[in-house]
Amino acid sequence: MNYYTDNEVLRHYLKHPLMQRIVAMKEHDYSQSAHFNYAPVDFAEAIEGYEMVLNLVGELSADIVAPNAMEIETCGPKLENGRVIYAPATQRNLDAFRQAGLMGIALPRQYGGLNFPMTIFTLVEDVLSRADAAFGNLWALQDCAETINNFGSEEQRERYLPRIAAGETMSMDLTEPDAGSDLQSVRLKAAYSEEDNCWYLDGVKRFITNGDSDIHLVLARSEEGSVDGRGLSLFIVDKKCGAVHTRRIEDKMGIHGSPTCEIVFNHAPAELCGSRRMGLIKYVMSLMNGARLGIATQSVGIAQATYNEAYEYANSRKQFGKTIINFPAVYDMIGTMKARLDAARSLLYETARSVDMTSLFNEVSRERSLTPEERAESKLYAKKADALTPLIKGMGSEIANRNAYDCVQVHGGSGYMRDYVCERLYRDARITSIYEGTTQLQVVAAIRYATSGYYTQLLDEYLAVEVLESLKPLHARISAMVAIYNESLAKVQAFADQEVIDFLSRRIYEMAAYSIMSVLLLADASSDEALFSASLNRFVAIAEAEIASHSIFIGNFTPELLKYYK
Amino acid sequence: MKLHIIVLAKQVPDTRNVGQQAMNADGTINRSALPAIFNPEDLNALEQALQIKEANPGSSITVLTMGPYRAADILREALYRGADEGVLLTDRAFAGADTLATSYAIASAIRKIGSYDIVLCGRQAIDGDTAQVGPQVAQQLGLPQITYSRRIAALQDGKITVERSIENGVELVEAPLPLLLTVDGSAAACRPCNAYRMLRFHRAAIPTEQATADYRYKQSLSSDEALSLKEWSLADINGDATRCGLAGSPTKVRKVENIIFQAKESKRFSADDDDIKSLVDELLANHTIG
Repeated sequence: MNYYTDNEVLRHYLKHPLMQRIVAMKEHDYSQSAHFNYAPVDFAEAIEGYEMVLNLVGELSADIVAPNAMEIETCGPKLENGRVIYAPATQRNLDAFRQAGLMGIALPRQYGGLNFPMTIFTLVEDVLSRADAAFGNLWALQDCAETINNFGSEEQRERYLPRIAAGETMSMDLTEPDAGSDLQSVRLKAAYSEEDNCWYLDGVKRFITNGDSDIHLVLARSEEGSVDGRGLSLFIVDKKCGAVHTRRIEDKMGIHGSPTCEIVFNHAPAELCGSRRMGLIKYVMSLMNGARLGIATQSVGIAQATYNEAYEYANSRKQFGKTIINFPAVYDMIGTMKARLDAARSLLYETARSVDMTSLFNEVSRERSLTPEERAESKLYAKKADALTPLIKGMGSEIANRNAYDCVQVHGGSGYMRDYVCERLYRDARITSIYEGTTQLQVVAAIRYATSGYYTQLLDEYLAVEVLESLKPLHARISAMVAIYNESLAKVQAFADQEVIDFLSRRIYEMAAYSIMSVLLLADASSDEALFSASLNRFVAIAEAEIASHSIFIGNFTPELLKYYK
Repeated sequence: MKLHIIVLAKQVPDTRNVGQQAMNADGTINRSALPAIFNPEDLNALEQALQIKEANPGSSITVLTMGPYRAADILREALYRGADEGVLLTDRAFAGADTLATSYAIASAIRKIGSYDIVLCGRQAIDGDTAQVGPQVAQQLGLPQITYSRRIAALQDGKITVERSIENGVELVEAPLPLLLTVDGSAAACRPCNAYRMLRFHRAAIPTEQATADYRYKQSLSSDEALSLKEWSLADINGDATRCGLAGSPTKVRKVENIIFQAKESKRFSADDDDIKSLVDELLANHTIG
């Protein structure tokens, strides 16, 4: 089995026209092959290389990670003397991924990385999360290295990045007992010692994924007496200092292979990463955007797994003399799962490409100043990345949950038993709409792009692109959806009441997301009709119904109704 | 201690997932219906070589295979997993070789390689299942051999201690270097391919491949020597044509039968003496044993 090659949809995203540019920029016009014997000489070789590595990941995911996931459910991580001992099967997964050289895939080659763009990182995480979302977390935390790469000093990059590429793990230590969604209230204390020329951290962090990591990124209060986000700085703490201990591993509903820890910093020596007071407002915001794309990817991987499990079961289970896939009630569920999955994936990779373009322009700007045209383009991509990230994080995770629900439903009574993979997927999916910002917070992050008219503008741009003749009727239906969205948005804005806007924002958010996913799936179908046509036809029908429902709710809404909710 | 290790490998049709089209009507293998893979126990042998190399820095691993040009694929795979060098033994004169002719050609190639400390190979290949080539190579080279190896317990002072599988258990055997080990499937599984090595060594090629129009990495060859795989013919190994290929193969296949086992032909015997005796009598009568 191979989780990459058995899913033709994934390869489609290597063929996107923007990939030519992304790869050329990432490879500095293929000049690195003179210095690194594993750097590609041209675009064709770069793509061939990505495919080879994706093949390897697909094989390891199917042959090692997926079979291990069941074992981890019965034998998870343990706490011994303040240290986390991974589940034996997790350790085997990690060993395999280290030997395979997959622990620093996005890092620059000069620090020992593979220098892959975020779109490829996303494809790897997509494949891996289908096998086991929990192990996907441990693997994907390597992306924290980007923060050191972007904001650390050259000396820090040289010291830490090669260790990460060689397989040392990371964690981002942000949450505290009283600072969850509201990170401005972080209290962990950072004090500078003139004598030792070093920062020391004291305090407690909670709900930290892989909290006993080798290299920690820690958000701490460096400005004594400050109370908000401007008093927070970001620090690097090396586990080797011996002053960070795990006090407890949380007993969670799902993702059992990913230890969630309460950790104690006891006068732990720390290095400042970047500038003081920029911890939350700049670095963590950037870190979180990366993490949100990561959870969106994990959601899509889980949604893929739920679809596969349901499809396979429905094709083998017989009732009333036929396999249950033949019953409309069942094929409706399964066809809908696939449609949601494909739509989420279209949005995921559009987001990943925008994130790539944004960070590539940033990379260039560190070497030379951008031309005015480049600067303008860079801003457009940055805005697109910021606007699409909360859409795919929120919608992707909700879709993973709905798919997981339907997957159990397709299995009937068997789905409620521990014997089938679907019950684990159901529990694993549940966290995706909570961590790295709940769906409700994604709505908060996204709504300004609705009210500013940005999503409308983006939809107009997407709709202006020529599509295949055969898809024009669907194009017209999507245009009609967008008109309804614009109408509802205008009505909500006309209330001119912040509470009303907040109350209705989830519906506006979903209307925008359904429209954008529809039009992106249309673009994918326009470049490969055979691959996406079925999902597109199903998804447009689903999106029309969802948008109509929200439009009716908003159409009938008056501010007086709020009192019935309180 | 720096060691030179030679790993013998074979590209085989993947007979583990045999479908309807796996066999031709004449009983031979339909190679086009089955993917060509690295013989599984040869991968176990490669892993032992990699572990020896890790424990003895400065050691190197040469992978040697005999086959058509496309067998260069498994040399590349060996490089992806950590081998240092690949040699393809290829010549029309080798075609149709039985185990004796094969071991003659391989032994001749090993002589050409020259110095080595350990020759490792899988116990047997999944296409022929003879388990003869390894022992015959040792015989032709006059090397001590340990078959069915599963773990190397110690390696020092020119001696190796190996744990080998025997019926109902294992035994520890000590032998002097150089020697040949055949490794069975109970040994450690081979580590995965490494991404960095794949991105570099997918350009590795034998001279015949390098000369084709679609080979795109001629420039890399000059700066990265390890990309040149060796390709040896009968003449390169100073072989005697009469001892190679069909000409050098005393084994003659008289007839190949396509046997399909069917569940209805199975019989159940209980463990009592009468049943066991009747089973033995039946097997003796149809010449399955005795």
